[in-house]
Amino acid sequence: MNLFSGKNKEILLSPLSKKNPVVVQMLGICSALAVTAKLEPSIVMAVSVVIVIAFANVIISLIRKTIPNRIRIIVQLVVAAVLVTLVSEVLKAYAYEMSKQLSVFIGLILTNCILMGRMEAFGLSNGPWESFLDGIGHGAGYGLILIIVGFFRELLGSGTLLGIQVVPQFLYDLGYVNNGLMILPPMALITIAVIIWIHRARNKDLQEN
Amino acid sequence: MNRESNLYTVIYAGVLVVFVAAALAFTNQALKETQKKNEEIDKKIQILRCLNVTAEADEVEAKYNELIQESFLVNKDGSKAEGDAFSEDIAKAYSNGTALPVFVAKVDGATKFIIAMRGTGLWGPLWGYMALNDDKNTVYGADFSHAGETPGLGAEISTPHFGKQFSGKEIFKNGTFKSIAIVKPGKTADGQDYVDGISGGTITSQGVDKMIYSSLNNYVEFLKTK
Repeated sequence: MNLFSGKNKEILLSPLSKKNPVVVQMLGICSALAVTAKLEPSIVMAVSVVIVIAFANVIISLIRKTIPNRIRIIVQLVVAAVLVTLVSEVLKAYAYEMSKQLSVFIGLILTNCILMGRMEAFGLSNGPWESFLDGIGHGAGYGLILIIVGFFRELLGSGTLLGIQVVPQFLYDLGYVNNGLMILPPMALITIAVIIWIHRARNKDLQEN
Repeated sequence: MNRESNLYTVIYAGVLVVFVAAALAFTNQALKETQKKNEEIDKKIQILRCLNVTAEADEVEAKYNELIQESFLVNKDGSKAEGDAFSEDIAKAYSNGTALPVFVAKVDGATKFIIAMRGTGLWGPLWGYMALNDDKNTVYGADFSHAGETPGLGAEISTPHFGKQFSGKEIFKNGTFKSIAIVKPGKTADGQDYVDGISGGTITSQGVDKMIYSSLNNYVEFLKTK
């Protein structure tokens, strides 16, 4: 069996662009607005979401043949909640600084529609390896948008990247001012809209009539 | 076995819940000691930060022991109370007005009094420590922490440049307690010292303002006794 056959590659890579969960499927927008004021939390959130979606998908896929249909959503929720709690407990013990930054975001992962969506749409009806790739792919597709939005919001809103000043002082001396609007939530939505615009312009087949 | 039968569904749910509960309880118990240690180290880092001392996790213990001379508890009326200041629950202390922690530090030979603060921001609790010079009036340094303020906005209160503004401000004016106001950048406050709040973090800034007032208010009698 080829682990990276054409179909598996498609599962892994298509969520990055043509089936991107944020800009094409319009999922997970709420958390994308909340955490992207700075680049660092965006990256941390992206990594955490990749891990949680991948493993939640694998677990659901492994037990998919035993789950009673009527309570499947509850089972999915429990699996996701356990993973999120475990991740936060382990971080608290072994990466305390990280866990302090993550505190709210870890909780937000559970409310992320992409997570439940992938377990329901993919994990329940596919094998563990495919589910793992699907989870990685969708997590990465989500994370990619998060990082792009975080990059522009921190750069234009605070003049820094990862907390390091990148806009040179002489520009401020010349009268350049950080755009305070960029760190407010509405600008995240507008930034995502701009990404969608560019993305649709380059992928004509995604355009609706 | 029929996966759709009621019996199977109920048993499945029951087993799942018991299994999950056991797994979570086990993890929690297994990691509790390490987590508690981390919290203590973090608290010491915060206390050191209000003395403008930054320490890495592995050297905290040594620096803390070197700088902090003693710690004790005071009641709202200024009298001393029994107990361990470091492990005292500040939220409980404030609601009762008893057993408020005070840490005494020596920095370059000068005595500093460190008092604890606690309040609420936009999304959750705020807390911090304020170091006062030996006149028990002039602020030497301050440090603020939060549970979940918005990154880039309210969360900016935990950055060093926000805390640094407090240095040199006075909490008493002509012998009466005035606290330190947080104002919108560019505005001023009448009859008391003030610092700039965070743009875009208005509610968090107001929370800090209230926290400083209500927390220091508990210590007024202690601070008045020279």
